[in-house]
Amino acid sequence: MDTGIRLALTLGQISAVMVAVLLTVAALTLLERKVLGWMQDRMGPMEVGPYGILQPVADGLKLFFKEDIIPAGANKLMFSLAPILSLVPALIGFAVIPFGPDWTVDVGGVNFKPFVITDINIGILYILAFASIGAFGIILGGWSSNSKYSLLGGLRSAAQLISYELNVGLSIIGVLLLSGSLSLVTITNAQAGGFWNWYFFAFPFPQAVAFVVFIISSVAETNRTPFDLPEAESELVAGFFTEYSGMRFAFFFMAEYANMILVSCVATVLFFGGWHAPFEFLQGPESWHWLTGMIWFTIKVYGFLFLFFWLRATLPRLRYDQLMRFGWKVLLPIALGNIVVTSLFAYIFPGN
Amino acid sequence: MGMIVFFYFASVIVATAALVVALRNPVYSALALLVMFFHVAGLFVTLHAEFLAIIQILVYAGAILVLYLFVVMLLNLRREERFHHQLTVGLFLGCMLFAEAVLLVVKGETSLGADLPALRESAQLTQGNTESIGELLYSTYLFPFEIASLILLVAMVGAVILTKKGILEAKG
Repeated sequence: MDTGIRLALTLGQISAVMVAVLLTVAALTLLERKVLGWMQDRMGPMEVGPYGILQPVADGLKLFFKEDIIPAGANKLMFSLAPILSLVPALIGFAVIPFGPDWTVDVGGVNFKPFVITDINIGILYILAFASIGAFGIILGGWSSNSKYSLLGGLRSAAQLISYELNVGLSIIGVLLLSGSLSLVTITNAQAGGFWNWYFFAFPFPQAVAFVVFIISSVAETNRTPFDLPEAESELVAGFFTEYSGMRFAFFFMAEYANMILVSCVATVLFFGGWHAPFEFLQGPESWHWLTGMIWFTIKVYGFLFLFFWLRATLPRLRYDQLMRFGWKVLLPIALGNIVVTSLFAYIFPGN
Repeated sequence: MGMIVFFYFASVIVATAALVVALRNPVYSALALLVMFFHVAGLFVTLHAEFLAIIQILVYAGAILVLYLFVVMLLNLRREERFHHQLTVGLFLGCMLFAEAVLLVVKGETSLGADLPALRESAQLTQGNTESIGELLYSTYLFPFEIASLILLVAMVGAVILTKKGILEAKG
């Protein structure tokens, strides 16, 4: 009985989160074009629905009904597997993100946390591990297409992911040192009570530098401009998904956007207090925390997503060797230095 | 229930490990290895070692296997070049490992370090086993840990030297 209730609750929670994430993905495809249009002084999509707000529906229908082509000489099994291997790791990471207060509700004798699917004590490592699995989809997609552009795109992407994953991992160690936990729920709870407790500003050593390293590496890891070399359209047609069409292409596309949302959520939780409001009184009374918490979380996540679009509209693409040199010779030493300084401060001011 | 889960993981691990060496296409081998790593991680989870499970995926599947795939694609190996004549070495190592496994099964696990039960207890007592692994690594096993770091450092320096051929030639 208990198992049944737990299963039903968890499945319901997973579907709710998945629907929210996929709706956000759909909204982002429109939002990105609107924001880019606004920054470039034009309208963006305007034809479908009022102000073009139905554009994602039209795009979805178009991709759904498009003919699915498998190129001659492609490895059919790998060609079909690659988009799935790319999308699943992107979606699975949301399982440990706390969207709201750390409440435990008793439903029919089962302890149930409504705002986080599962609070495992290695949450952040779980996200990093599955982010690195996403590289398989990209490499296999590039390799199985039997096309030179795809292969080059896949190889570039693999090198880029491995290099910048390291910086993501090292840049968050400062936060983990200060919070003393790998669980995202515990990290969020440690940042309660106002914006000066957020790890971006927090007392022993503010993690602002680590945050900059984290956000640059995340942009690189999600293959966004200015680090979108794997899909540089001026050199590689479309990179590793050159040969893909229809729903398989849509899977890669959704994976990229889901990854963007995921790193925005992680940045929010680790550096900007998760669901906590910048001032205590903006959080409202205790019983309203679920609502204000989710609202603040959404505002912060969308802020980071806007940053992604802003970067895309502003910065030109890097050259491949510049990208590698920047990752290994600039970001890596900064991240390592941040760890040393943070641990020194954590040692001098213990128990904060 | 626990036994069913264990035998599922164990049988998949053995089957995929056999596939890694049996499959002709190196990319398929790498994918079989990926499935195997995930099932080894599953075994760790059943032993309440979440930290090891996720490190297994992060390091082996996420980093090392990606590098394997990278090399396989860069070199574009032809099939016959993959098989070197290492049958004798392989046979020797295989026999040794099999003998060790048999010995361990016959003797029971008592010979495998006295503080294993203590480790298991501490892993279950504390909230997670991340803390207990950290404490053991930096107290009881500090010396082996430092040696491992030193070996890794040497390997890193070696890798840097190898990529910078000019250094050696200028001096020699």
